Amino acid sequence: MSGTYLGMPAFPKAAQDAVRNETLRGNLRHATHTIRDKRAKAVAELADWDRLRTAGKDIKDRTLRHLDRYLLQLEEAVTAAGGTVHWAADAEEANRIVTYLVKAAGGSDSEQREVVKVKSMATQEIGLNVALEAEGIAAYETDLAELIVQLGEDRPSHILVPAIHRNRGEIRDIFEEKMGSWGRPAPAGLTDNPAELAEAARVHLREKFLRAKVGVSGANFMVAETGTLVVVESEGNGRMCLTLPETLISVVGIEKVVPTWQDLEVFLQTLPRSSTAERMNPYTSMWTGTTDGDGPQTFHLVLLDNGRTDTLADEVGRQALRCIRCSACLNVCPVYERAGGHAYGSVYPGPIGAILSPQLRGTGSEVDASLPYASSLCGACYDVCPVAIDIPEVLVHLRERVVEGGEVTRNGERVTIKPAKGHAVERAAMRAARWALDHPGALRAGQRLASRTRRIHPKRLPGPGRAWSDTRTLPEMPAESFRDWWQRTRGGAQ
Amino acid sequence: MRVALFVTCVNDTLYPHTGQAVVRLLERLGVEVGFPQAQSCCGQPQFNTGYRHETEPLVRRFDTAFQEYEYVVTPSGSCAAMVRDNYPRIGARAAAEGRGQALAEAAARSVPKTYELTEFLVDVLGVTDVGAYFPHSVTYHPTCHGLRMLGLRDRPRRLLEQVKGLELRELPGAEECCGFGGTFAVKNPAVSAAMGADKVRDIVGTGAEAVCTVDNSCLMHIGGTLAKLGCTVRPVHIAEILAATEEEPYA
Repeated sequence: MSGTYLGMPAFPKAAQDAVRNETLRGNLRHATHTIRDKRAKAVAELADWDRLRTAGKDIKDRTLRHLDRYLLQLEEAVTAAGGTVHWAADAEEANRIVTYLVKAAGGSDSEQREVVKVKSMATQEIGLNVALEAEGIAAYETDLAELIVQLGEDRPSHILVPAIHRNRGEIRDIFEEKMGSWGRPAPAGLTDNPAELAEAARVHLREKFLRAKVGVSGANFMVAETGTLVVVESEGNGRMCLTLPETLISVVGIEKVVPTWQDLEVFLQTLPRSSTAERMNPYTSMWTGTTDGDGPQTFHLVLLDNGRTDTLADEVGRQALRCIRCSACLNVCPVYERAGGHAYGSVYPGPIGAILSPQLRGTGSEVDASLPYASSLCGACYDVCPVAIDIPEVLVHLRERVVEGGEVTRNGERVTIKPAKGHAVERAAMRAARWALDHPGALRAGQRLASRTRRIHPKRLPGPGRAWSDTRTLPEMPAESFRDWWQRTRGGAQ
Repeated sequence: MRVALFVTCVNDTLYPHTGQAVVRLLERLGVEVGFPQAQSCCGQPQFNTGYRHETEPLVRRFDTAFQEYEYVVTPSGSCAAMVRDNYPRIGARAAAEGRGQALAEAAARSVPKTYELTEFLVDVLGVTDVGAYFPHSVTYHPTCHGLRMLGLRDRPRRLLEQVKGLELRELPGAEECCGFGGTFAVKNPAVSAAMGADKVRDIVGTGAEAVCTVDNSCLMHIGGTLAKLGCTVRPVHIAEILAATEEEPYA
């Protein structure tokens, strides 16, 4: 498995491989079911959950509607508090800014060749680690699960628990094999006991925390009124990165801004319960610019667009920008549970990824065009979403974009895109079906023909029909349609 | 009360017994049922696959076909949800595209009178004991659109619990999707089949003689998987259970 997403196969193909992997199926089933049951309990504790959910949705919608204003307010507040704000239109620009800042932090001799990282979806999205590596800078992931992924030269498969596809035994093997080449090796005789594994990671990471001069983070929220950034986490490793290094660089998507602390209060209730099923997460770090003699003395905020403004232009699709990355939709999704996160070909897997990736990246690639179809539209994701993103609605909306093309916004311009490849036959079939269904006489003739020939219908379908008949028998054609039965028994009565 | 049956294209073509059961059941409860021949398909397969524009004539057709009726009853949670949730969306999008209010008006007329069968029985007729007889053990799978989009809650269960001779068996993980999902079943066959196999394992584990839902399309996938795996559990639409009596037992 490579560390990048280039050239990913379409979802159905990748999912097919994952479905056949029994270990993976077992790992995912166990992990997702455990967390989904816990979440349901944590949410049921709050009598006002529905109101919190509505409030979260409304706050995000209001903020997105006036995003320009809140971002400028945020910039002003961060600058006033001693930070520096940078604007990055895309991944390349963000990577260039961070690379420059890391080098600059090393001074004239440019000794700065490593950074410690807080778990961050935005830096995964832009491929920051790869970009830094190309410039000779080592980026050390310090979140336990991200560490497992990094050491295993793997890709994250879940938003919250990136190594959800790994079990304890696999993690032990990765630690034993790989830790030595990155720093302090795993202790001899390491077992798969969780406490031992955590201790091995702790000792390995401690070295890096104490040495690094630059920390890189994302943020869960940015409060516009004071310029405060917020990171919620469970391990405390994030807090280490946010406080020990001399320089802190935070890369944050522009949709992460909330206007006030009062708004933040809503999300600090809904996020932990939705993600880890906790009433409150163990570590909530908040910082506002820089403070003399306490924490990083240099702070840079890189505001990342990377397709977000284009997504905001779409009236149906924009609700995806409400996402607070809790991953409740992944944990409850029957498709994610069986296909695994890698099949989605993006750092954003699961239902939210299926609507985010084709918007942030467009529907041009094979995998992005297949993602809107990676759902049975069962609606479980919408039910659990703490900001009420109607994921099925957006999926269907994006399916239309895939099969019909049409007007979209790309890099701020309205453009007309063509339908994705491979839908010509389907489109013709849908048109024919529409015609037949809109002409009941033709429909009835078709039904009668099918009924009369039912004795010679094959048990297995050829071509694409095999996708049905390989695992399910075909329903038997009745001798008479309902329509004909009604006509025969009730005459022309309406 | 002028009540029309919207049988749905799947039931019309493949499961006429379900439509016949609805007619028998409603007539037994004193409801006069009409079947306007102009009806066809709600348009869900097209809409959910991304062909919204191909769905529009069917929205108009639905409205015209049932315009004489006060209530439209359908033995499909999924098709009822299509009308209720998606017709207004289709109308609103057409209006936003500058094509007038006609579709939105058609949707607005269709939504309030469309009922899934168990909703109609419990909410409109106010009955849970329909005088049915079905001397078998049954497990109930709440299909996704009925469960989440329509919010059927315990209506189907309340009806099943009153059926004479019926023993209701709890289905573990009942609220998890069976994996049908319309064109999902053929666009993502591996995942769909894996979901179906897990659902079938849970169904067989209950030891019930029959599995029942409010949707024959899901039941086609569940039943097809059961048969392929050589399981003898019988897939039965809830209408056929509720229509069965001691005098006219389930055939």
